[in-house]
Amino acid sequence: MSHIPASDSPPDSPSTQIVASAKAGPGTRLVRALVPALPFIWLLIFFLTPFIIVFKMSLSEPATAQPPYVPVIDWSEGLNGLLDALSQFNFENFTLLTDDWLYAASALSSLRIAAISTILLLLVGFPMAYAMAKAPEKHKPLLLMMVILPFWTSFLIRVYAWIGILKPEGLLNMVLQGIGVIDQPLQILNTDTAIFIGVVYSYLPFMVLPLYATLDKLDWTLLEAAQDLGCPPWRAFWQVTVPLALPGIAAGALLCFIPIVGEYVIPELLGGPDSLMIGKTLSDEFFRNRDWPLASAVAVVLLIIVIGPVMIFRELETRRLEKSR
Amino acid sequence: MTNVRTDARKRDSLAIGAVRRDFAPWLDPAAKPLIRYEAVTKQYSDFVAVNNLTLNIYEREFFCLLGPSGCGKTTLMRMLAGFEEPTAGRILLGDQVVSGIPPYRRPVNMMFQSYALFPHMNVEKNIAFGLVQDGVPKNEIADRVAETLRLVQLTPFARRKPDQLSGGQRQRVALARALIKRPKVLLLDEPLGALDKKLRSETQFELMDLQVNLGMTFLVVTHDQEEAMVMADRVAVMDKGTIKQIAPPGQVYEQPASRYVAEFIGDVNIIEGKIAEVGEHQVRVTRSDGAGTLLIDLQNEPVSVGQEVAVALRPEKLVLHRDLPTDTPNVLSGDIWDIGYLGDWTIYLVQLASGQIVRVSRANSRRFVEQPLTWDDKVHITFASEAGVLLTH
Ligand SMILES: Nc1ncnc2c1ncn2[C@@H]1O[C@H](COP(=O)(O)OP(=O)(O)OP(=O)(O)O)[C@@H](O)[C@H]1O
Ligand SMILES: [Mg+2]
Repeated sequence: MSHIPASDSPPDSPSTQIVASAKAGPGTRLVRALVPALPFIWLLIFFLTPFIIVFKMSLSEPATAQPPYVPVIDWSEGLNGLLDALSQFNFENFTLLTDDWLYAASALSSLRIAAISTILLLLVGFPMAYAMAKAPEKHKPLLLMMVILPFWTSFLIRVYAWIGILKPEGLLNMVLQGIGVIDQPLQILNTDTAIFIGVVYSYLPFMVLPLYATLDKLDWTLLEAAQDLGCPPWRAFWQVTVPLALPGIAAGALLCFIPIVGEYVIPELLGGPDSLMIGKTLSDEFFRNRDWPLASAVAVVLLIIVIGPVMIFRELETRRLEKSR
Repeated sequence: MTNVRTDARKRDSLAIGAVRRDFAPWLDPAAKPLIRYEAVTKQYSDFVAVNNLTLNIYEREFFCLLGPSGCGKTTLMRMLAGFEEPTAGRILLGDQVVSGIPPYRRPVNMMFQSYALFPHMNVEKNIAFGLVQDGVPKNEIADRVAETLRLVQLTPFARRKPDQLSGGQRQRVALARALIKRPKVLLLDEPLGALDKKLRSETQFELMDLQVNLGMTFLVVTHDQEEAMVMADRVAVMDKGTIKQIAPPGQVYEQPASRYVAEFIGDVNIIEGKIAEVGEHQVRVTRSDGAGTLLIDLQNEPVSVGQEVAVALRPEKLVLHRDLPTDTPNVLSGDIWDIGYLGDWTIYLVQLASGQIVRVSRANSRRFVEQPLTWDDKVHITFASEAGVLLTH
C-alpha cells in the first residue's frame, strides 16, 4: 500500500517490529533462535545419527572382516565411493527377518510380555499412587522417597537379588516350605513368571510416579460432588477418578511398555531358555552370530514396533484436546 | 413519665418489616420440621467449627445462613449432605436420623462453594450427571437438561468444558447441576456470589419461584445480606459456630436480638447508655456521653433501672434538621463530617460532640434542593421512640 505514508503506520505495524528486533542485535537473535532448536540438535546428535548408522548397517551384508559387514563406504573414492556403496545396499536382512519365524515370534512375545507387565504394573501401581495421593500432606515426601529409594542401588544387583529369592532353594521357596504351603520347591526362576516379577518390580516407580503426579492434583471435592448427585464411590471411581487420571495412566503405561518391549537384562537373568524376547534375540545376533547387519535390522524393526504405541497415544491426546475445544 | 406517648399498643398490631408470603410454620407448635439439628457439635482436631447448635427448618422453607467467614456455615451443610459426621448431637431429616446414611443415598443435593464441576465433562454432561446416576430415561434427561440450561441462561454453552467458562457461568452450571434432581432439600453454598448485579437479582427471583413451584426446601449460605433479605423466609445469623438469631429477615433487621446481629445486618448506629426510668411502654435512657437522655419503646425483654444498654438506630430511621426541633424527646446534635451521594440515597456522617460518628441516610426524593446540607453544617438528628432498638447484650 504505497499511498500510506510510512509515518502514519501504527506502532505495531510490521515495519516497526522489524526495527525493534533489529535493535536486539544479531547475537541475541541467534540465542533466541537456538533455544527452541536445542532439543532438535540433541535429537539429531544422540538419536538420529546413531539410528542412521544402524539403518545403514541393516542394509549391508555380513562379512568376516573388521567391521564385520560390507560394503563400507570408501570416502577416499569421494562421491564414487558413496554411490558404489549405495548400489550394494539391499533389504535382504529385512526379508530374512520375515523368513525366520524366530524373529516374529520374539517380537510378538516381547509385545505380549510388555502388555501383560504394563497391566500388572497398573494394577499394582494405581492403588499405591492413590494411597500416596490420599496420604496426609506431611507424609508425602517420605512416601515419594520410598518409591525412588531402589534407584540408589544398581539395577543389575537388584535383578540378581531376585535370582536369590526365586531360585528353587531360594528365600521364597524356603519361606513357603517353612510355613507348609508347599512340599516341593516351586520352579519360578527361568520362567515367564520370573520375568513378570522382575519387570513389575523394576518398573514400578515409572508407573507410580506419573500416576501419583496426576492423582495428587485431583480435586477430591469432585468425588464428593459425584456422591452428592447419587453416584456411589465405586462408580465415581470409574466416572471421575479414572478419566481424570487418564493422562497419568497413559504416561505411566508408555514409560513402562516401551522399555519393557526391548528389555534385555531381566529376561536374560530371570527368564528361561524358551522365554523369547526381542532384546535377547538382538543381542544373540550381535554377539553370538556376529551378524551385525541382521542385528541392525532387528533393531530397526524394534524401533518401529515401539514407535507405534507412541503415535497412537499422541493421536488420542490430540483428538482429546480437539474435542474439548 | 410525662412525655410517654402510648403508641406502643398500636405498634403491636403492626407487622414487622415486609412479609414476602404467607408462610410461617415456625409459629405453629404443631408443625413438624423437615430438618432438625439437635445440639450438633462438629469438632476438627483442635477447633470447634459448630458448637452445640440447634436449628429447625420446615418443609418448603427458604432458609438463609448468614455469618462471617469461617463461622461454620459450610460445615453445617456438609453434615447434612453427609460429608462430615457430627462429633455430638444428631441431625434428622423427616423422621430419620441421617448419620450413617452415605451421601449418595441422601435426598439432598448440594451446590459446592468451589463449584466442583467435572472438568472432563461438558456443561450438558455435568448437569445431566445426577439424572444419569438415577437411570432416568435418555430422552427425559435431554428434556430436563435443556430446560435447566434455559433456566440458568446457559443454552449456548452446552457443549463447553468448565475451563472454557467465566466464573459466573461456572457458578450457574453448578447451580443447574444441583437443581436438576429436584431434591427434597437443596443446599446452596454461596450460589450467586460470582454473578453481576443484574443477573444475580434475576437469578434470585428465579430461585424463589423455583422453590415455591417445585415445593423444595432451600438451605442457602450467602455473604450478601441483601440477598438473604430478598430471598429468605427466615435467616439465621451465625457467629463462631453458634446461631445468634433466627427470624424472618424483617425481624432480624428491625428487631435484632443482640448488638452482634444489629451490627452484622445492615448499617446501624449504637448509642450507649444506662436505663434511668422504666415506664409501662417506654424507657428513658441516660446517654453515656452525657449529652442528655433518649426515650425508647420497651421491647419484649424486661429491663431494670441502672442497667447498661445499647440503643441501635438504623440510618434510614433518623431525620436531619437544621434547627433544633422542640416537639421530640430524642435529639442528637453534631456537625456534618462527611457526605456520600449514592444516587437514590445520600449518606450523611454526623459527628456528635463526643466524637462519635452517626450515620444518617436520606432518600433523594427531589432533584433540586434549595439549601443543601454541606460539610461542617450544624445539624440535629431526631427519631421516634419506636425507631430505637434496646439491646441488653
Ligand atoms: N477439615 C477441616 N479441618 C480443620 N478445620 C476445618 C476443616 N474444615 C473447616 N474447618 C474450620 O472450620 C471453620 C468453619 O469452616 P466453614 O467452611 O464451615 O466456614 P464458612 O462459614 O463456610 O466460611 P466461608 O464463609 O468462608 O465459606 C473454619 O474456621 C475452618 O477453618
Ligand atoms: Mg463456606
